[in-house]
Amino acid sequence: MKIRYQPIVPFDQEGFNRLKDEQHGLHPDDQYLKPGRIPHIWCPGCGLGVVLNTYINALKMTGIPIDRSVVVSGIGCTGRVAGYLNMDTYHTTHGRAIPFATGLSLTRPDLSVTVFSGDGDLFAIGGNHFIHAARRNVNLKVICVNNFNYGMTGGQVAPTTPVSARTTTTPYGNSEASFNLPYLAHASGAVYVARWTTFHARQLVNAIAETFSIDGFTFIEVIAPCPVGYGRPNKIGSGLDEMIYYKENSIVQNGADPRNVDIALKGKIVVGKFSEEKRPTFLGEYEEKILKKFRRTET
Amino acid sequence: MKFWRLPLDAGSHSIPIGELHIIKDRCKGCGFCIEFCPNQVLKEAPEFNKKGYHPPLVTKQGECVNCNLCEIICPEFAIYSVLKEYKELTAEDIAGYSKK
Ligand SMILES: Cc1ncc(C[n+]2csc(CCOP(=O)(O)OP(=O)(O)O)c2C)c(N)n1
Ligand code: SF4
Ligand code: SF4
Ligand code: SF4
Repeated sequence: MKIRYQPIVPFDQEGFNRLKDEQHGLHPDDQYLKPGRIPHIWCPGCGLGVVLNTYINALKMTGIPIDRSVVVSGIGCTGRVAGYLNMDTYHTTHGRAIPFATGLSLTRPDLSVTVFSGDGDLFAIGGNHFIHAARRNVNLKVICVNNFNYGMTGGQVAPTTPVSARTTTTPYGNSEASFNLPYLAHASGAVYVARWTTFHARQLVNAIAETFSIDGFTFIEVIAPCPVGYGRPNKIGSGLDEMIYYKENSIVQNGADPRNVDIALKGKIVVGKFSEEKRPTFLGEYEEKILKKFRRTET
Repeated sequence: MKFWRLPLDAGSHSIPIGELHIIKDRCKGCGFCIEFCPNQVLKEAPEFNKKGYHPPLVTKQGECVNCNLCEIICPEFAIYSVLKEYKELTAEDIAGYSKK
C-alpha cells in the first residue's frame, strides 16, 4: 500500500496578518491581549475567559503598568492564560509555576508576580511547591482556577473533585476525599485567602486588585465551570447552567472559618474573603536575619 | 422597595446610559451576558455569526445603564459598553423601579 502524505502547507503569514489587523483592537481590553491570539482555545461556556477578563480589569483598576507585572502559569487549560496576555508571561512545566515564580519574585522584587494556574497543576503535581511557598510567605499573588477536574487532558479526577462526582477516571463516582483549598492555603501560611466564583465577576476584580497591594503570599480560589469535563458527566449542564448554579447556591460569608468551606457535589459554595493577616515575607526575613549579619562584618 | 413619590433629591441624581458594542464574530454563544444583565437589555439574536453561534442582540436600546457587567463577564472579549450620556431621574423611572 502506498502511503499518501498530506502536502505541507506553508504558514500563511499574510493571512495571519490580515486576520490580526481585522480582529485586533476591536475591544478596549485588546491592549492587554497578544495580537492575533483571540479567539482563544477555551470551550464555549468555559469560565477561564471570565477569569482572564477579571484579571485584566483588576490591572486596569489599579493602573499597574504591564511592564511591571508578570504572569507565570503551569500546564493545563488554565495555563494557556500565559499565551494570551500581552506582557511578560511564562508558561512553565507542569506543576512548576510556583518555583519559577519564586525565583522571579526574589530576584526582581520590583515586579508584581502573579501565578495563574489550575487546581490540578497547583495542588496535584505542584502541591508541595504551593505549601512551602505559602509557609515561607514568598511575595506571590496566586490565582487558582478550580474547575474540579483536569480539563485539558480529558476530564480526569483531580484532588479537588468532590466525593461521588463523575469524571472520566471515576465513572462510578469519586470515592476519595477532596482538598478544601482555602483551608489548605490558610493552614500553610497564606496571608490573604479568598474564594469567588466566575459568577461573582465584580467581586473577583476587586479581590485581585486588592491582592496587588499586599506584601506576601496571597491566594484566591476561583470556582469556574468546565462544561466539558465536569458539567456534562455530573449532569450540571452547560457553562451557563453551572453559572446559574453558582448564583443560586453561593453564600457570601466574609471572614468565614476556612475549615468549614468544603464544597460537596452540587452543594452550597461559601464565597468571600476568608482571612487577611500580616506576616514577615521571605525576602524581608532573609534580609533581616542573614544578609544584615554579613553586611555588618563587611564594614 | 416602593417609592410613593419622586424623592426630593431626585434632581441631584441621574441614570447613566451606556452604548453597547458587540463584536459578533468573537461570540461563542455562552449566554452569560444575556442571563446576567441586570436590566435584561440583551437577548439571543436569531441569526448566526461566522462561527455558527447566536451572538447577543440589544433589545432595549437606551435601557443599558452602563454597569459593565456584560463586559467583565464575557469570556470572549466580545461585548463592551461605553458611557453615552446621563439621563435625568423622572417619575416614570421611579415607578418602573418600584414595579421590579
Ligand atoms: C509532567 C506532566 N505530567 C502530566 C502532564 C499532563 N497534563 C497536562 S494538563 C494536566 C492537568 C491540568 O489540570 P488543571 O491544572 O486542573 O487545569 P485545567 O486544564 O483543568 O484548567 C495534566 C495532568 C503534563 N503535561 N506534564
Ligand atoms: S476542557 Fe474545560 S477547562 Fe478546558 S477549555 Fe474546555 S471547558 Fe475550559
Ligand atoms: S452594561 Fe450592564 S446594563 Fe448594559 S447591557 Fe451590559 S450588563 Fe446590561
Ligand atoms: S458573554 Fe460574550 S461570548 Fe457569551 S454570549 Fe455574551 S457576547 Fe457571546
